[in-house]
Amino acid sequence: MAKLAAVVGIGQTHYKTRRGDVSIAGLVREAAVNALEDAGLGWDDIEAVIIGKAPDMFEGVIMPEIYLTDALGCNGKPMLRVHTAGSVGGSTALVAASHVQSGMFKRVLTVTFEKQSESNAMWALSTPQPFSVHLNAGAGGYFAPIIREYMRRSGAPYDVGIKVAVKDRLHGARNPLAHLQLPEITMKEVEDSMMLWDPIRFLEACPSSDGACAMVICSEDLVAESPKPPAWIRGVAMRSEPTMYAGREEVSPQAGRDCAADVYRQAGITDPRRDLDCAEVYVPFSWYEPMWLENLGFAPEGEGWKLTMSGATSLDEGGDIPWNCSGGVLSSNPIGASGMIRFAEAARQVRGDAGAHQVEGARLALGHAYGGGAQFFAMWVVGADKP
Amino acid sequence: MSEDTEAVTRIETPVYLQYNFTAGRAPARFLERIRQGVLTGQRCPRCANVYIPPRGSCPACGVPTEEEVVLPDKATVQSFTVVAIPIPNNPIKPPFVIANLVLDGANISFIHLMSECENSEVHIGQRVQAVWKPEAEWTYAMDNIRYFKPIDEPDVPVDRIGRLPIGGWEDEQ
Repeated sequence: MAKLAAVVGIGQTHYKTRRGDVSIAGLVREAAVNALEDAGLGWDDIEAVIIGKAPDMFEGVIMPEIYLTDALGCNGKPMLRVHTAGSVGGSTALVAASHVQSGMFKRVLTVTFEKQSESNAMWALSTPQPFSVHLNAGAGGYFAPIIREYMRRSGAPYDVGIKVAVKDRLHGARNPLAHLQLPEITMKEVEDSMMLWDPIRFLEACPSSDGACAMVICSEDLVAESPKPPAWIRGVAMRSEPTMYAGREEVSPQAGRDCAADVYRQAGITDPRRDLDCAEVYVPFSWYEPMWLENLGFAPEGEGWKLTMSGATSLDEGGDIPWNCSGGVLSSNPIGASGMIRFAEAARQVRGDAGAHQVEGARLALGHAYGGGAQFFAMWVVGADKP
Repeated sequence: MSEDTEAVTRIETPVYLQYNFTAGRAPARFLERIRQGVLTGQRCPRCANVYIPPRGSCPACGVPTEEEVVLPDKATVQSFTVVAIPIPNNPIKPPFVIANLVLDGANISFIHLMSECENSEVHIGQRVQAVWKPEAEWTYAMDNIRYFKPIDEPDVPVDRIGRLPIGGWEDEQ
């Protein structure tokens, strides 16, 4: 039986195209120091450090964790690197949580980062493979045909992705840490932006960001030693599946559905739209909002787009289940940290500490990340109330 | 060091990587055969699905695949994207169509280029066929096929894509 654990500190950097003022070590330390300050703790209070980032080729620094040990105060402590492609920010948080939930550690620091400006992620995701033609056109090239298939089978109108692109950027404009600040963005501007990987337009895709995110997770008995309200971890789940197999459901992967069912069961959620107050979901391309609305059970199959178009997921339209109030991956994308930002922003909501993008009275929130060929899933549910 | 030297905030440090790929038995056989212009897949003994390129096991059933299946070079468009930006280190000029294609008799798609077509007319269910490079240029690579081009056959209904017999769509009809 897992022991109770809670998030008692959250630290983020500003997300931007290039942080030329700090090295990778400086970047992760900034997030870690912010998290420790938020938790009212010092380096000596931390027993273990769990770090995560996306593939090493994104910066060209192989095994960066080796050189980050001193920046993260790991001398004499256990340190562990996690990797599950784009979902790594989520799975890193879950590995950190399990260190506490197992009873083995009392307080764990977890940090994820990406410094995309140091290399070229599009290149790193487009390297040739020996038994395939060299046509891997980055993440957009991989996901565009899957989005096209969703559009075909759902019969969704063409502008659903445009609506999400606007909605998440308006959310991002409330969040001073968000990379893209586009308070004046319009549907027309998104529609007129360049088609990069048809049907994905430039403004329907996430930016490339530098940034880091950190959290302090502690056991039940130490929660009171931190000054701010905790976010209690109410459910944790990870699932994976092969990238390809005959008959694989690529639009709504089985692993995602199974992962959601598991995390909802732990948190006592039977109807996610009704029971949750908000969600931070990994949406790097705008059409993934309606797709994940269905995969995660917020809407019946083929009807996720109706929820989006009704404004249900929009804070600005007073929706009943706001998604990505922080601006989401569409507003900030330091890839390795993007999943953890979802988890951390869910925690900020239930701590009542989300500033101008706070969902009033939020008590229960979902954090979600996916990675690889939509084959790795990591999710947690956090709550204001101790279970 | 003079005092008016500008602060260095970044330097370029390229990394070069060359590696020797150990294919394993099934992909090695696939590469050997494509060197001769033959497309070879493997059938799963449990679910009977045919994989190409074969990896030596069925990822759905978790069992080894042994039976070889020679496949034709006709395929169906399962989905596609029109790419407007260049691929790093690939000379191909945008816009170009990358399609997820399923060969007749296969149950899994791979990506390849589509050409000799209007990009705006490419669609799911469209029938295509390989255009090969001259035999003298064949090597151990899928690039032996230059691209796929549309052929004059009726579209495949969505629920039949990835389920056609080796004889193809006309056989099934």
